[in-house]
Amino acid sequence: MRIDRDEVRRIAELARLEIADDDAAAVAGQLSGVLDFVATLQQLDLDGCEPSTFAPADAPPREDVPGVRGLDPFAATAAAPESDEGYFVVPPVVENVNP
Amino acid sequence: MSRPLWKESAAAISARVRAGEITAVEAMDAGWDGPASLWEHDVHAVVHTDREARHAAAEAAPARGLLAGVPVLVKDNLCTVDYPTTCCSRILAGYHAPYDATVVRRLREAGAVIVGKGNMDEFAMGSSTEFSCYGPTRNPWDLSRVPGGSSGGPAAAVAYGLVPVALGSDTGGSVRQPAAFCGVYGLKPTYGRLSRYGLVAFGSSLDQVGIFARHAGDVATTFAALAGWDEYDATSRPAPAPDVSNWDAGVTGLRFGWPANLWANGVDGAIVDALERSANALERAGGTRVPMEFLPGEYAVAAYYLVATAEASSNLARFDGVRYGLRSSDATDVRSLYVRSRSEGFGPEVRRRILLGTYALSSGYYDAYYLQAQRARTRIRREYARAFESCDFLLLPAAPTLPFRVGEKVDDPLAMYLSDVFTIGANLAGTPGLSVPVGVTPEGLPTAVQLLGPQDGEGALLRAARAIEVNGDVARLPREHEVEASWPGKR
Amino acid sequence: MAWEAVIGLECHIQLRTRTKMFCECEVVFGDEANSHVCPTCLGLPGALPRLNAGAIRMALRLGLALGCDIRHESQFARKNYFYPDMPKNYQITQYDRPLFEHGTLPVVVEGEAREFALTRIHCEEDAGKSFHPERTGDRSRSRVEFNRAGTPLLELVTEPVLRSPADCAAFLVTLRRLVRALGISDADMEKGQLRCDANVSLRPEGASLLGVKTELKNLNSIKGVERGVAAEIERQRRALDSGERIVQATLLYDADHDKLAIMRTKEQAHDYRYFPDPDLPLLVVSEAELEQARASLPELPWRRVQRFVAQYGLPPYDAAVLGDSRELADYYEECAAGLDPKFVANWLMTEALRAVNERAWDVARWTAQVPAARMADFLGRVARKELPGPLAKQFIGWLADEAGGVDELLARHGVSVKGTAEDLRPIVKAVLDENPGPVAQYLAGKTVTMGFLVGQVMKKSGGQAVPTLAQQLLIEEMAARS
Ligand SMILES: [Mg+2]
Ligand SMILES: [Zn+2]
Repeated sequence: MRIDRDEVRRIAELARLEIADDDAAAVAGQLSGVLDFVATLQQLDLDGCEPSTFAPADAPPREDVPGVRGLDPFAATAAAPESDEGYFVVPPVVENVNP
Repeated sequence: MSRPLWKESAAAISARVRAGEITAVEAMDAGWDGPASLWEHDVHAVVHTDREARHAAAEAAPARGLLAGVPVLVKDNLCTVDYPTTCCSRILAGYHAPYDATVVRRLREAGAVIVGKGNMDEFAMGSSTEFSCYGPTRNPWDLSRVPGGSSGGPAAAVAYGLVPVALGSDTGGSVRQPAAFCGVYGLKPTYGRLSRYGLVAFGSSLDQVGIFARHAGDVATTFAALAGWDEYDATSRPAPAPDVSNWDAGVTGLRFGWPANLWANGVDGAIVDALERSANALERAGGTRVPMEFLPGEYAVAAYYLVATAEASSNLARFDGVRYGLRSSDATDVRSLYVRSRSEGFGPEVRRRILLGTYALSSGYYDAYYLQAQRARTRIRREYARAFESCDFLLLPAAPTLPFRVGEKVDDPLAMYLSDVFTIGANLAGTPGLSVPVGVTPEGLPTAVQLLGPQDGEGALLRAARAIEVNGDVARLPREHEVEASWPGKR
Repeated sequence: MAWEAVIGLECHIQLRTRTKMFCECEVVFGDEANSHVCPTCLGLPGALPRLNAGAIRMALRLGLALGCDIRHESQFARKNYFYPDMPKNYQITQYDRPLFEHGTLPVVVEGEAREFALTRIHCEEDAGKSFHPERTGDRSRSRVEFNRAGTPLLELVTEPVLRSPADCAAFLVTLRRLVRALGISDADMEKGQLRCDANVSLRPEGASLLGVKTELKNLNSIKGVERGVAAEIERQRRALDSGERIVQATLLYDADHDKLAIMRTKEQAHDYRYFPDPDLPLLVVSEAELEQARASLPELPWRRVQRFVAQYGLPPYDAAVLGDSRELADYYEECAAGLDPKFVANWLMTEALRAVNERAWDVARWTAQVPAARMADFLGRVARKELPGPLAKQFIGWLADEAGGVDELLARHGVSVKGTAEDLRPIVKAVLDENPGPVAQYLAGKTVTMGFLVGQVMKKSGGQAVPTLAQQLLIEEMAARS
């Protein structure tokens, strides 16, 4: 078992997910199964293989000019579960400062 | 006598709309209110549609453009202003995007009519379309079987004649595998060729919008209408898209790789048979078979499930109940708002993948998992590049099995993941792939093969698909006869 | 034990671009909530980022000015954490491949020239704004808005090379002067355009290992940084002296009450799960772009200060004050053309800047009201002793508050200047006649008496005498009489 229940709880905390105690063992088992499979990568010769980077950097950059795809406060908050005067409204933030 | 409109190709429909022989409304109704619609309840390919909106769109569509009057179903992870965009997840229930995805915009500009949103595995995570919050899509060839996934809705809709063309998305095979299961064409273009702007992200470095159609030519036409640089997607490629207008030019002089080691075991006999028939068809048409060894797909699956889930864990962080989507009613502070909303809103497979991806990126595991997978990805890219030094495209299975039964793999993530063993590599390599239907088994299930090309190799793939279509077996519409018999107007 | 403070700063500089870092929304502050947002900066499903080339051009100016090593292919990464003012719940920033590394900021601290080494400078996006219950009034609700979300920031991190609150203040003043001179930020700390966190640790004087550090946040003025860092040094000193251990922690400084509060300790540290952002290509900087940025650099403030010392013979302090902003430095150079530079420097630093402060103006208001030509005309007359000192000081107020040339102002205020020897000689003679005692004292060697005698001349002339001339005439007359 590569991942135990405590590990599942640690990851769930990072991902802001709740895993019921009854489910933690099953989830740990499924994730461990995938990680065991993923271990096949160790058989692959990766000498000289740098990690892949993604998109090619050949597109022209965006110039610093305002565009037309903006939303007004009404449209911006139209899908919000709770809003007021163009603001999104949430329950109080306990941890008080943005890192 | 010409074919009934609902069985027509997009090319034929748009030609008749442009000529003024039929209207976009008639073209749409032929599929939607015609015989195909009788299946919709059983197949359940569509999750959001609206008769008023469809008709308004059809009436407003210009009678010109490459896809004039062509009804198109788009997967529910492509943003549309006129239908909800929910990714078939509870967390986005009722969400309306305030903008159209670039590909949707381009469809409209080409004269197409968006008829609704196709069913899918939640957030495109799955290979069977069973993980939809609206319930599964069934395979129109056999309702006890899955249509593949995650773009099962669009694939099934094209297969049973609801629409001639549909859009899906392909992160690890989510267009090509359901296309194979449903007996239609399914193209995943080169990464960066179709804009991702407005495609709700799953694995950003792997995601690509894909095209379903019942004719190789319709795939080419739709590709031509959608491809091209989009300034709103920084990963979209500014170089001109390959010209695919010669999709009917044949394969004379083209070499196709034949990596038979890949299907030496574990692949259904009907699929091996389909590969042989396709190879023969290509050879009859002037192509040359190049036998070769190729890297087994299991490595790609392994790398994929780390890279895709890592990206997904970050991409799906924005679904938090603050700005849109589901908000749990028992939140007392922001923390519990996040945890409760996300736990109530995401289904089990999505939660599983978010956890896996979070783990792969977390402190102490990043090097061993995420970074290792990205290095493997480099290796896989090189394997692909090397293969295309000696051939113009590869011929291989699209999936190792025929459509499996509903419920067969829902509780076995690994078995489900391995149904993408032949498709995932192209997503890691960023190269194009095309599923090609190759006839039907005696039991009535479609078989298919896959063609993989080098970057910007879409043209050769389409030419080869067309050659197989002409020289080999082509799919027919499923249960065609039963439906026509049961259609009241036909009696 | 004697302790040495070791301080590193992390500064966030808000760039003065027209649009945000990764979308085309305009950067505007103070408008209606959520009125400058789009799918990208709201983090809507399906939206994607696009890099602002203008922001990168600004960044290059700073990197070049500070002599940083420039990475030709840098990379954007995602920093993952949940917070309501983070629309995507990750921040696009740079991590292990930042645009700039190394470089130094030359700073004069209390008259001493220092060079503070930098670790790195990278580009990132800002968050939106949360308004917490204490601000919204409703205890059960916070509000969030995203006009600031996605606006461009440069994050500059120093090596742990600062040693005192004064180092920190001088560093920030110099940095602010630089980014203003480069035209890339207004860098007003009160407005959050320049933000600063400080990492503080103490170690026995002479030791080379670093102690346990704490991170100080919420420092929103230069005074605040100075006082916050001083308070934290003091807190650590007291703890260490009484044998306690420092716990790694993040602290908030409350400037209003000069108090520190612990926000979180290391056990609650984040795991940000940085990884390269797959939505953005590598940021490639070409030689041509670098060359263009280099060509766009103005004379750097510290170079200008050095030149003021060398070219005009100004003391370093004066040069630093006058070089504080490009505006003031330009103004000084225009006024000083053809005059004694030290004389002009004195007048600007004492009289003109005092008038600016008294009126709560900024330098721009002054230079608009008293253009350099007008000021130079006035200073020329003072230098040629055509205007006596006390009158000249009064005159500064007239220049500031009224229109018109020097002669016009003199006429308007009914002032005729007794500026020639002929005007003054009779008054000087009368003063000597009336004060035989002080004259005798002066002649006996008590030279301070001269001040008294000059004062008498000034008084008799109704304040219109030029004091240096009065003194000169007094000496002449006394020599003639003895
Ligand atoms: Mg930062
Ligand atoms: Zn924006």
